[in-house]
Amino acid sequence: MRPMLKITDLSATVGEDSEAKTILNGLSLDVPAGEVHAIMGPNGAGKSTLSYVLTGRSGYEVTGGGATLNGEDILGMDPEDRAAKGMFLSFQYPVEIPGVPVMTFVRTAMNAQRKARGEAEISAPDFIKKSREVAGMLNLDAEMLKRPVNVGFSGGEKKRLEIYQMMMLEPKFLILDETDSGLDIDALKTVADGVNAMRDPSRGMLVITHYQRLLDYIKPDKVHVLAKGRIIKTGEADLALRLEKEGYDGVLGEAA
Amino acid sequence: MDCCGGTTEHEDDCGEVKVKDSIDAKTVEAAKALESENYSAGFSTTIDTDFAPKGLSEDTIRYISAAKNEPEWLLEWRLKAYERWLTMEEPSWAMVRYPKIDYQAYYYYAAPKAGAKYASIDDVPKEILETYEKLGIPLREAEVLLGVEGAVETAAEGREKPRVAVDAVFDSVSVATTFRKELEKAGVIFMSISEAVHEYPDLVKKYLGTVVPQSDNFFATLNSAVFSDGTFVYIPKGVRCPMELSTYFRMNAENTGQFERTLIIADESAYVSYLEGCTAPMRDENQLHAAVVELVALEDAEIKYSTVQNWWPGDEDGKGGIFNFVTKRGDCRGDRSKISWTQVETGSAVTWKYPSCILRGDDSVGEFYSIAVTNGRQQADTGTKMIHLGKRTKSRIISKGISAGKSDNTYRGLVSVNRKAVNARNFTQCDSLLIGDKCGAHTIPYVENRCASAQLEHEATTTKLSEDQLFYARQRGIAEEDAVALLVNGFVRDVLQHLPMEFAVEAQSLLKVSLEGSVG
Repeated sequence: MRPMLKITDLSATVGEDSEAKTILNGLSLDVPAGEVHAIMGPNGAGKSTLSYVLTGRSGYEVTGGGATLNGEDILGMDPEDRAAKGMFLSFQYPVEIPGVPVMTFVRTAMNAQRKARGEAEISAPDFIKKSREVAGMLNLDAEMLKRPVNVGFSGGEKKRLEIYQMMMLEPKFLILDETDSGLDIDALKTVADGVNAMRDPSRGMLVITHYQRLLDYIKPDKVHVLAKGRIIKTGEADLALRLEKEGYDGVLGEAA
Repeated sequence: MDCCGGTTEHEDDCGEVKVKDSIDAKTVEAAKALESENYSAGFSTTIDTDFAPKGLSEDTIRYISAAKNEPEWLLEWRLKAYERWLTMEEPSWAMVRYPKIDYQAYYYYAAPKAGAKYASIDDVPKEILETYEKLGIPLREAEVLLGVEGAVETAAEGREKPRVAVDAVFDSVSVATTFRKELEKAGVIFMSISEAVHEYPDLVKKYLGTVVPQSDNFFATLNSAVFSDGTFVYIPKGVRCPMELSTYFRMNAENTGQFERTLIIADESAYVSYLEGCTAPMRDENQLHAAVVELVALEDAEIKYSTVQNWWPGDEDGKGGIFNFVTKRGDCRGDRSKISWTQVETGSAVTWKYPSCILRGDDSVGEFYSIAVTNGRQQADTGTKMIHLGKRTKSRIISKGISAGKSDNTYRGLVSVNRKAVNARNFTQCDSLLIGDKCGAHTIPYVENRCASAQLEHEATTTKLSEDQLFYARQRGIAEEDAVALLVNGFVRDVLQHLPMEFAVEAQSLLKVSLEGSVG
């Protein structure tokens, strides 16, 4: 079976021409539909760069290799087109947007995606109904959804809001970038419940994390270790536990 | 009918941004049509036009006065202003730069040949009707009424679509005023100022030039000498005007100045909401616009004045565009009166404009809500003056400046508190948003306080539209230009809320259009 997300020998740099720095260096990775893959690695390994390159943030240049989603090359697309194809990134540091209420933002995004896919816009009552259901699952206060996006939200609220957006937009492929950072244990459980509810045979996920803790709640099918811009080791869920116990140095030493 | 620019329609490809959810579908469509081109109002209309002799002289003024069949006192009033103007110097303190204006190179009066005012809408030349139709301004009351019936489906909150009476000014003359009969029934006088001079000379004489004196400033004095047409509104004691009143200014003829004069009087306990919209064709020359607006609010009266200004801003290199030198002032003459200015300024090559309030009555209130957008090579120096004279007078200033391209955007405001204005209060908030790194934002607040009990607050922020915010919105599926529009709409939200619903929609699409191509 063809993997949903296929990354082949991907290299990428960050920064301007002369000062460009190679962050991804021949990274290859396959994530089939229906699976959750975790990417772990030390600081500076290129974890966040991978999520930005896959979603099309400016400032990164792909210098080699490629990435496809359901067989389609995504690296040449604008970020919004990738989103319409189903790519979703839960940000490590969600951004504040003053003056734009959460509901307005998400509805604008949802309808933009639908329009790009040639689908009808969602009606206001349907949107509100769906929003209520999702907010209920994530223990989000209805008042919070009327406030400007992320403005004055606590760290935990911001992360829950990322998951709210994810569940509203129902993407095909999810990238969670350090979603567990800044969460207490209760918030972590809530967020994990949301993510697990999204698990589906037609959906793929990439969970980027520094710690094993999140993987107690979101069980990965595969764990990859990212270091120096490439995947240096792949294993089952227990690899995460080993990393926790032996540290990156131990495992990396063995791989080298 | 010869059109350059044209209005080609195409599907708009964005999710719209909504401040208010109950928007009339037709208005949305009309507003969307504005997006079909960068500046869709940029067409010109070919119609036989009578001009005054080119340039400015006593003869020009006599010509204008005669063309309008004015009484002797008004001609004298004009000539006095002209004499005064000859002794004045063009101000240069504003943060705007433009080539020296040759005041002899303009026509000071241009009128469609077939006659100035038309007895009925059927007499209005079809080229002019078509012009307004293209701009989405309904001049036929029947059409306006149809709009009301069509609005049922949109009344999500059970809100009725407000009806709007329109006074349409084409170059120098008013061509049509709608809903006059119905307004007359309520006692409201709503007509062109040229007509009011004939029909209500006492009212005009009593108030004209009492808020903005003839000698006020270079441009106001020029306007006093050559003002062509504009709107006159009088709301009698205790009357709440039954509909929104609006004037639509269209500058069509080449090398023409538009010098409209608007005078609005709300008698004791009266209320009126007035909207003003402006467009002009794309022309290589700089057209001159020097208007004067005077508002008078007597005891317990309230005037709400909203402007959406979309004059041609000139091309990317700064060629052409309107010079907009406007004096707008409201006089809260009676106790507990209130005047509220809301403006959305997106057009003009150069804007010089400070809608102000004189808070003369005790407990009177002045408000100024402003969105000023500059892009390309536009320059705007705009703000307000709040002059506190009466006791316990209150004023509130919310200004949002957005600069993009190579433009400069300046907020200049004055809060002045007189010795006798005990317990006066002011709150000022000036926020600037920069898009790109070649534009400028400047905030110049002046405060003159002569009263110890006054409370004055000032807040100012300058932010840059961030790459992070744009990427965040785009990652969610919102295309770049729509993302900019969404972020900008968020930035100006507190001001948009003060605009009448329909204007808010138009303003949103104007913001989007004016900022097109400002990123990336």
